[in-house]
Amino acid sequence: MIKNINLTLKIWRQDAPDKEGRFETYEANEISTDISFLEMLDIVNEKLIIEGKDIIAFDNDCREGICGMCGAVINGRPHGPQRGTTLCQLHMRHFSDNEVIIIEPFRAAPFKVIKDLVVDRGSLDELIKTYGYISVNTGGAPDGNAIPIPEEIAEKAMDAASCIGCGACVASCPNASAMLFVGAKVSHLSLLPQGKIEAARRVLAMVKKADNIGFGNCTNEKECEVTCPKQVSIENIARLNREFIKACFCSTAK
Amino acid sequence: MKKNWFVEILLSSIGKKLLMAITGFSFCLFLTAHLIGNLTLYGGKFFFLSYVTRLHSLGIIINIAEICLLFMAIVHIGMGCLLFYENTKARPIKYAIKVSGGGRTIGSSTMPYTGLFLFLFIIMHLFNFHFVDKGEKTIYKIVTDILSNPFYVAFYIFAMGVVAIHVSHGFWSVFQTLGLNHPKYMPLIKNIGIAFSIIIGIGFGFIPIYISLFA
Repeated sequence: MIKNINLTLKIWRQDAPDKEGRFETYEANEISTDISFLEMLDIVNEKLIIEGKDIIAFDNDCREGICGMCGAVINGRPHGPQRGTTLCQLHMRHFSDNEVIIIEPFRAAPFKVIKDLVVDRGSLDELIKTYGYISVNTGGAPDGNAIPIPEEIAEKAMDAASCIGCGACVASCPNASAMLFVGAKVSHLSLLPQGKIEAARRVLAMVKKADNIGFGNCTNEKECEVTCPKQVSIENIARLNREFIKACFCSTAK
Repeated sequence: MKKNWFVEILLSSIGKKLLMAITGFSFCLFLTAHLIGNLTLYGGKFFFLSYVTRLHSLGIIINIAEICLLFMAIVHIGMGCLLFYENTKARPIKYAIKVSGGGRTIGSSTMPYTGLFLFLFIIMHLFNFHFVDKGEKTIYKIVTDILSNPFYVAFYIFAMGVVAIHVSHGFWSVFQTLGLNHPKYMPLIKNIGIAFSIIIGIGFGFIPIYISLFA
């Protein structure tokens, strides 16, 4: 059954990184509950274009929850109230008629607002560039299969590798810490034989980089785990801690 | 100047966590020993005093333990303050509205505040029972005198509730921080953490009630 709802949106508007931001109120009327959150913003933007006003800037790309590009804080929840989904996968049926929705960008010192809801998540790319890789060519699929890996280990590595780098872990963390992101990358690579070789150097470099960028410190609040659209577990942070201790005290890496 | 590798580890975000975890866990062990000792109060005046005498007969060991506790307190509180400062700085612009997704607990979200309260409480506690003239009155008399005041009774019970809340997050956090998680044992560790905080809260919290009513 097609149902339409009317909404009041309070959206963070900021013209440029160094400009002051403020909340502005918009009415979104006759919104079908079958459309996604981003489609709802598209409709609001179309109206703004007709009125000759500046549209609301927000990040998006694949709109099917796999690219990690979208994300905003909806009523205090990064990616909205639904668990295990990105903002583009959130549908308007989760909202009620005449509801007031507050939309803010992801907030953390390393995530500078570029415009409105668009934030610069280049710091996560910096972390990948620091050591989120292995230094050998793995070859094609047959070469990958040349080293047998137990199914359980492969699954754990895949669970960690499912991180799409959206930054919701940082946005949801009360301390703006990136430990779930770093934990996922370190776990993904250190669980597998190809990644184990550089595991000690990798974990030391990535933790140091995350600290230097200015992310906060993890205090085991578990907010990242419940917010992550890919439901990456904090077991990966424990593994990161373990890898870090091993690298510090049982390896020659500095 | 290049920092020593060990100093660099301790000042990294995970290093600070490790210091919090190790000192915190040591305080859990201390609380256990302290509680077992305090339970002798239920045995009456002479039973308690004989415990105190034996404890003090350990001599130099007690002094070393005190210095260790003081050192760990400085590390734990110092790191706690540093973490609070850095973590506040990591999000300069706050959210207009922030809702928990269900990860945080009362314990985890109040750690800096319960920690600050406990710091002040410990100072008061030491001035109540440690830095006092023990020449004229026995420690049993000092305890019963202070706990005859309803304000102190209420305050001590409240403080023990705060300890329980602080420990409820701290205990399992130690294992997560040290990377000692395991799908088979983690649920048990979490349950032991809750049980431990309840035992500490009730174990210590009931002493002021008992003393004020029956001693």
